[in-house]
Amino acid sequence: MRRQFCAALLERAANPNLVFMTGDLGFMALEPLQAALADRFINAGVAEQNMISVAAALAKDGFEVWAYSIAPFCFARAFEQIRNDICLHHVPVTVVGNGGGYAYGVMGPTHHATEDYGVLLTLDGMRVTVPAFDEDVPGAVAALAQNGSPGYLRLGLGMLPAGEQAPPFAAWRRLLPGRGPAAIAVGPLAGAAMTALVELPESERPELWVAACFPLDIYPPPAALMEKIKRHARFAVVEEHIKHGGAGSMLCHWLLMNGVALSGIEHLHVKAHPPGRYGSQNFLRRQSGLHVESIRHRLAAWSRFERASPAKVG
Amino acid sequence: MSLSTEAVKQARRRLIEMHHHSKVGHLGGNLSALDAMLLVHHEFMDEQDRFILSKGHSAGALYVTLWSLGLLSDEELKTFHGENTRLPAHPPARGIHAVEFATGSLGHGLSLAAGLALSARLRGRRQRVYCMTSDGEWQEGSTWEALIFAAHHKLSQLTVLVDHNRLQGFGATGDVASMDPLWQRLAGFAVEIRIADGHDLDDMRASMSPSPNDRPVVVILNTCKGKGVPALEGRMDSHYLPITDAQVSEFMKDESMKDEPMKDEFMQDPVVHGQSTRAGQIMHAEHR
Repeated sequence: MRRQFCAALLERAANPNLVFMTGDLGFMALEPLQAALADRFINAGVAEQNMISVAAALAKDGFEVWAYSIAPFCFARAFEQIRNDICLHHVPVTVVGNGGGYAYGVMGPTHHATEDYGVLLTLDGMRVTVPAFDEDVPGAVAALAQNGSPGYLRLGLGMLPAGEQAPPFAAWRRLLPGRGPAAIAVGPLAGAAMTALVELPESERPELWVAACFPLDIYPPPAALMEKIKRHARFAVVEEHIKHGGAGSMLCHWLLMNGVALSGIEHLHVKAHPPGRYGSQNFLRRQSGLHVESIRHRLAAWSRFERASPAKVG
Repeated sequence: MSLSTEAVKQARRRLIEMHHHSKVGHLGGNLSALDAMLLVHHEFMDEQDRFILSKGHSAGALYVTLWSLGLLSDEELKTFHGENTRLPAHPPARGIHAVEFATGSLGHGLSLAAGLALSARLRGRRQRVYCMTSDGEWQEGSTWEALIFAAHHKLSQLTVLVDHNRLQGFGATGDVASMDPLWQRLAGFAVEIRIADGHDLDDMRASMSPSPNDRPVVVILNTCKGKGVPALEGRMDSHYLPITDAQVSEFMKDESMKDEPMKDEFMQDPVVHGQSTRAGQIMHAEHR
């Protein structure tokens, strides 16, 4: 999604308030942005803590600041700077984490970010956007720019199945109809889930949704999804994030707080953290049961079980 | 606005009164920082200039400085460290206009100040940014990140004041993690280093001008922790322990304040102090 991200910011480059900071990353991707922004493109060097604090100060003075690095380097290394300097002062810096989840694959566990949005959403005012498809990036950038809030953009590798078209970017989108309960994917795994489920008969598959924006108090599930969850009293979540603090736990809490009775949840999440063996993103997803075949197997079985044993609610 | 020695004394009295009234520690590092903070605000900062207190545990000195400028009321100072106050022990977020950022976790302020200086440059504003750090704070890696950034970007709008009182939370800086002499470490970067007596107004005045060489200025202020209170001067426990009634009395005698007595509540406020558990006096060497 880096190319799409660069293109989306290039569209905004004429805005004299836009400042882009990078922690020395972006080779062969961000050069056009560097050329367009000139002195508003700042390579802060290998110094993420300083980068985030400088970004906070610039934002306090009215700049729209994007602070970019590999996801773990910007969210984890500089967490206190995000907390104290950005969020305590509610200044509009968007921290951009490239390669969320296992995207950096065989680069090793230091390069993985499998707890990023769960951690960042503990902070006051933080808004998180996780594009699912390359086509989502312009809409995600525009939404974050308009927020005027602290933000986190988790970029990954879009996996829209061949021949499919991504619906326009929104906080919630229905990707596939299905007679079963709702399955909610987060981020690029939505593409894997589409691939996994698209060939199942509609009568035998869950209804696939994708969530792109958090927290849920600001971006609540739409009425059609709420209706589906209430009817089945179950739902599934597929996310490249650890269980704790992920979309699965956020949704359970939010639904129960809003009076929705639940009888269960199928939660496909990162389990191998850190993984015992290393490989590509797909290899690591497989270890956590998050690759296409695992998703198909688990969600199809879960959907069938649900239809055979309808939940009793209330 | 020229800052007189008498005005410094008055501010020091008010700071001691405030900490005594509130039964709050951290007084030593406030007293070492106060003179420079007053001087910069009264004589060097224009309305558009900015000040970042990176050593947030000297918030009391900052509040008293703002009081001396008429930006905080005497009544409000009495709320320091209390319930429902705007004046916590470290500078607050989003509460007071003159306090730009909440600080207190060391190692943030210099980066924030560098960001403000960069902002001034991008906006084409003639604006100076002052940042006060402690000396122990240079043990934070992020402070060096900030120095590298400020030097590389030639942020000549930036003046860094280092309160070099040589004492930190649990020992002398030279014993805990020595960087002595600190000025030599800093001189390895493209910044202009100056050294001044942090309790001599004229010496500091001579050290505060911007660099003619497009470099950030770093002024190392040789200071004395607990300055002005004989019982606290050069003592590590002044970092933590509230000032006692006896220490206040001693201070008053020393300051010859009989012509301007402290307010009634200052001396009448019932204070229960833990008696000093001074583990040993740490002598303050070479503070001039």
